[in-house]
Amino acid sequence: MNDTRSPMQTFFIYAGAVLILVWSGGPFLWQFSTSFQLDKALTSGSPSLIPHPFTLEHYYNAFVEKQLHRYVWNSLVVSLATTFLCLFVGSLAAFALSRLNIKGRFGILMVILSVSMFPQIALVGPLYLVATNLGLLDTYTALIITYLALGLPLVTWVLFGYFETLPREIDEAARMDGVSIPGLLWRIILPMSLPSLVTTGLLAFITAWNEFLFALAFTSNIDRQTIPVGIANFTNLYYVPWGDIAAASAVVTVPLILLVLFFQRHIIEGLTQGGVKE
Amino acid sequence: MWALLLLTPAFVSLASVSFYPIVNGLYLSLTNTSLITQEQGFTGFSNYVELWGDPQFWNAWWHTMWFTAASTVLETVIGLGMALILCEAFKGRGLVRAAMLVPWAMPTVVTSKMFGWLFDGQNGIINYILLHAGLIDQNVNWYGSTDTAMITIIIADVWKTTPFMALLLLTGLQTVPNSLIEAARMDGAKGWITFWYIRLPLLMPTLLIAGLFRALDAFRVFDLVYVLTGGGPADSTETLSTLSYKVLFSTLQFGYGSAVSTAMFVTEGLIALVFCLYLVRQIRRAG
Repeated sequence: MNDTRSPMQTFFIYAGAVLILVWSGGPFLWQFSTSFQLDKALTSGSPSLIPHPFTLEHYYNAFVEKQLHRYVWNSLVVSLATTFLCLFVGSLAAFALSRLNIKGRFGILMVILSVSMFPQIALVGPLYLVATNLGLLDTYTALIITYLALGLPLVTWVLFGYFETLPREIDEAARMDGVSIPGLLWRIILPMSLPSLVTTGLLAFITAWNEFLFALAFTSNIDRQTIPVGIANFTNLYYVPWGDIAAASAVVTVPLILLVLFFQRHIIEGLTQGGVKE
Repeated sequence: MWALLLLTPAFVSLASVSFYPIVNGLYLSLTNTSLITQEQGFTGFSNYVELWGDPQFWNAWWHTMWFTAASTVLETVIGLGMALILCEAFKGRGLVRAAMLVPWAMPTVVTSKMFGWLFDGQNGIINYILLHAGLIDQNVNWYGSTDTAMITIIIADVWKTTPFMALLLLTGLQTVPNSLIEAARMDGAKGWITFWYIRLPLLMPTLLIAGLFRALDAFRVFDLVYVLTGGGPADSTETLSTLSYKVLFSTLQFGYGSAVSTAMFVTEGLIALVFCLYLVRQIRRAG
């Protein structure tokens, strides 16, 4: 293909690629660099990408003064529980829709998918009342139950798409050998779907890790608040601690970015299969 | 039998966390429920009558529509541009594609704070760059001024969601058979002609579906606005989500707050309907 391009076209393609790279990576790179710079350097009027002098002061502030690790712990508990529940409930539903003869299964899938488009602000008021009545405010349970429903549509959709690609002859052979329906799911379909389970698990995890609205409404103290709420509340009385915020941002974003980069191929494939490809 | 059993957990979850609140919200919107006065009386449509005459509601409604339209159009157009570049083979394509997932994976609250720092009125790097490039002659108070606050939020949203949009469109572009484009080139068609008459029409369904999902998502914008400006300055960035949240959790008027969020649900349904009708027409015309 390269030989059909004029030098001009080649130039535009590389210029475009550099622009996309700067667009995607630039802002966070600056945020990352900010986290290692002294407040004095940040307000000096001559910004520099290389931290000089280098400092870990903001990380100290984030963990010691603002107790960032407690938010991280809460987020980990909630996100991991959500991920496993989502995979469990989602794979049961996707398996039923894909493998058991259900009338109107595409209708059911459409309903499940359209649920994910409901404006969340319309859910938060009534759910808050329910949580109050059940004594679930400031608990992990309230967040996990809510996030399960938020992540479920996408998880079910992607897993369904993957299950559909597995040949049906396997089912028939297994059934002939006397494998029960739960056995078919647990011992045959799920082990074959490991790549897809990893992708959907990651999607559910990111959904829970990044969620802000419900966490803001349902939790009011550091014992249960998750990272987004914690970072949103990162303010000092007289000035905005941009350096501390940058440090906290780096702590909660870098692991996520590494995970996503590691699984990038699966994520794009998983999200685009079925839905947009057709 | 098995089918029902396996679907039950998912149904219970979605019914209790998604359908029940919508129905309950509809009911609450017909009452004067308030957590302060502990009232809960049926008042018919009086909340909606109040809503119709509430300038704050319409202010937020227009902001939300404007935000949705502007960010969806920008994200689709720029995303398409990015996708066209990624369609070509070049060195380091894998790296670029991987980097594009960074904005998508980052928590929105972090994005919001990050743009707060990038666009800071005094020490923001954007002001520094624009000032030194001679594009502005004094620091702009981006999200602290009523003229530019909404623009700043739109920029932040476009930054975060465009790369992912581009990746979705890329998979759409890659399904356009290469033989078609080669054939057109043989016949002497220039690059933009093959784009306009071959790639774009074939990409249209993907473009519309991706646009629809983006629009519905943009319409619900909450995190960005709440963290960056809180709806200010002077309500210039108030959207339906932030307004509902304030009515619900600051004034604790759950009746009126539910009316706002129900009105929002209806508007979102209308947007989806218009998109779907247009999509069906496009597909009919093509087929």
